[in-house]
Amino acid sequence: MTDAAAASPPKVEKLAPPRSQARDIWDQFKTHKGAMAGLILLCLLIAAILIGPFLWTLDPAYVDSNAAKMMLGRNKPPTWAHPMGTDQLARDMLARMLYGGRISLAVGAVAMLISVFLGTTIGVLAGYFKRLDGVLMRLTDLFLALPLLPLLLVMMMLFGDSVRKVVGPEAGTFLLIVFAIGITSWMSSARIVRGQVLALKEREFVLAARSIGTPNLRLIVRHILPNVISPVMVAATLGIAGAIITESVLSFLGLGFPPDFPTWGRLLFDGVDYMQLYPSRVIIPGLAISLTVLSVNYIGDGLRDALDPRIRGR
Amino acid sequence: MLTYTLRRLLLAIPTLLLISLVIFLLVDLAPGSPMADIPLTVPPEVKLKMMAAMGADQPVLVRYLLWLRQFFWVEPMHQFDMLFGSHIVEGQQRIISYQTRSPVFTTIGERMPQTLTVIGTAYLVGVLIAVPIGIYSAYKQYSWFDQLGTFIAMLGYSVPTFFTGVLLIVIFSIWLKWFPSIYNTSLVVTDWASFIKQVKQMALPVMVLALFNAAEISRYTRSSMLENLGQDYVRTARAKGMGEGTVVLKHVLRNSLIPVVTVIALGIPGIFGGAIITENVFKVNGIGAALIGAIHANDLPMVQTLTFIFAVLIVLFNLIADILYGILDPRIRYD
Repeated sequence: MTDAAAASPPKVEKLAPPRSQARDIWDQFKTHKGAMAGLILLCLLIAAILIGPFLWTLDPAYVDSNAAKMMLGRNKPPTWAHPMGTDQLARDMLARMLYGGRISLAVGAVAMLISVFLGTTIGVLAGYFKRLDGVLMRLTDLFLALPLLPLLLVMMMLFGDSVRKVVGPEAGTFLLIVFAIGITSWMSSARIVRGQVLALKEREFVLAARSIGTPNLRLIVRHILPNVISPVMVAATLGIAGAIITESVLSFLGLGFPPDFPTWGRLLFDGVDYMQLYPSRVIIPGLAISLTVLSVNYIGDGLRDALDPRIRGR
Repeated sequence: MLTYTLRRLLLAIPTLLLISLVIFLLVDLAPGSPMADIPLTVPPEVKLKMMAAMGADQPVLVRYLLWLRQFFWVEPMHQFDMLFGSHIVEGQQRIISYQTRSPVFTTIGERMPQTLTVIGTAYLVGVLIAVPIGIYSAYKQYSWFDQLGTFIAMLGYSVPTFFTGVLLIVIFSIWLKWFPSIYNTSLVVTDWASFIKQVKQMALPVMVLALFNAAEISRYTRSSMLENLGQDYVRTARAKGMGEGTVVLKHVLRNSLIPVVTVIALGIPGIFGGAIITENVFKVNGIGAALIGAIHANDLPMVQTLTFIFAVLIVLFNLIADILYGILDPRIRYD
């Protein structure tokens, strides 16, 4: 009885191959249905605006120089030639939507990068260097107390013309919008990063790194930053959504991109004058903005769950 | 508590001064300010005279201090004079709008009632919808009601108010023809018929803002309720044999509302920002519309004043939220 048990070789549990962290996160992310739907939708949208203009080759800014022909082709309902109809200058709406999406998403992405860069820098400096903490956090509080939308509008009004004069109307507006959104939206990521850094600073691996004489810069870049990457990623995702909305708000209030330069917000603003007769002119760009922001928000939600090790694996 | 309040009030002063400096400098140093817009055909000596007449040749610091004096001394004291018939600041320069050539605060006084009626109602409606939804969502967590609530809240976060506004106009005033698309400010409520008219024209802007505000508040209520529903005191209350209604609506709700109340207070200055867009969509002649109009007309005194008023509101309601939190939650000790 006993020798039977002793004779059989000890059972070796077959270990699963080690899993990477990215794989774990992805597996958790996949269980969030809304986030997956958002990811698929966003990928489709990005594919459409990146590849679309090569397939749909109508010029979004083309206005027929023959005035009579142009008048006849204005404000057309959707047809096979123009699947989203035409606007008040007989320009093809689909081409304008595809082109406008590029700008809207580019604004969102670049503004988010600026905001996250500023937020992370300020957060790391405040959390890591005790002397800077007070000053930088008061600065953050000050920015949080500023009325941001009115200030953005004022900045667009006051600096718009001179920036456009220097670098051209399109690049000028783009730079101004991106910077204005960036410097008014870094506060939340700065706070999150500071909190994380304050906690990380007391951990043993930081002490160990310091004890072998790692200089501050290397310590931050090699040891602190990789550990704050997950909250920063969530903040960045939500930041894209915020930036897209802010850009469309500015365009909607007439302080964003110039009229002949389509963005989704601008298209909606142009459509408002015609919405009594042609409601599709406001619904199409509005839906595009809403769907993009909705999917980005869902992705952010899913990321937050997936990056949280307390939830992961449950 | 009193010392904390006093300390916070004192701390608010430098914050507000700094904000006012930021707003003043942003507008003053910007290349697009009206001093830069004097036509080139105007001879330089005339230009200098114009600058001197407007006080624009003074150093920045002097102009900033004069502006502060106007804002914090002349304007409040003018209201005081109006109320009590005294003559403290009689004849002193008030902040004058470039557009209307009348004091900025007169315009603000005219615009304020519309904003407060529409935006205030919207916020109230939003809170009244959001809190019950939040309570029920938390009580029946992961039920279809909760899922639907989560989805609608996500929509409320994600769909910008200018699109919901435009969409509601298309649906309710163009297709169904139930409500007017434009808010008529000159409507005076005198009888039942005009009251119905007022309700109808307020319906759309209130719906838009209520959805937007309810999204955030219902999520806060839900998470706060969930946190409290798992606490030991809830089990104790149930073990004592208390009815489910008493447990949820008395014990849990009271504790859950503490953070919600502060969120509601914090949201109040934010609705003025949201109002800028909604007022623009529905042509409500309020504060937000005044700001947009002033920005398009380069009316700097109006822009500076309104922006600073928004800042004052934010600082004030941050303070109120913190103090409320201390009063409502005895576990919070500031001193």
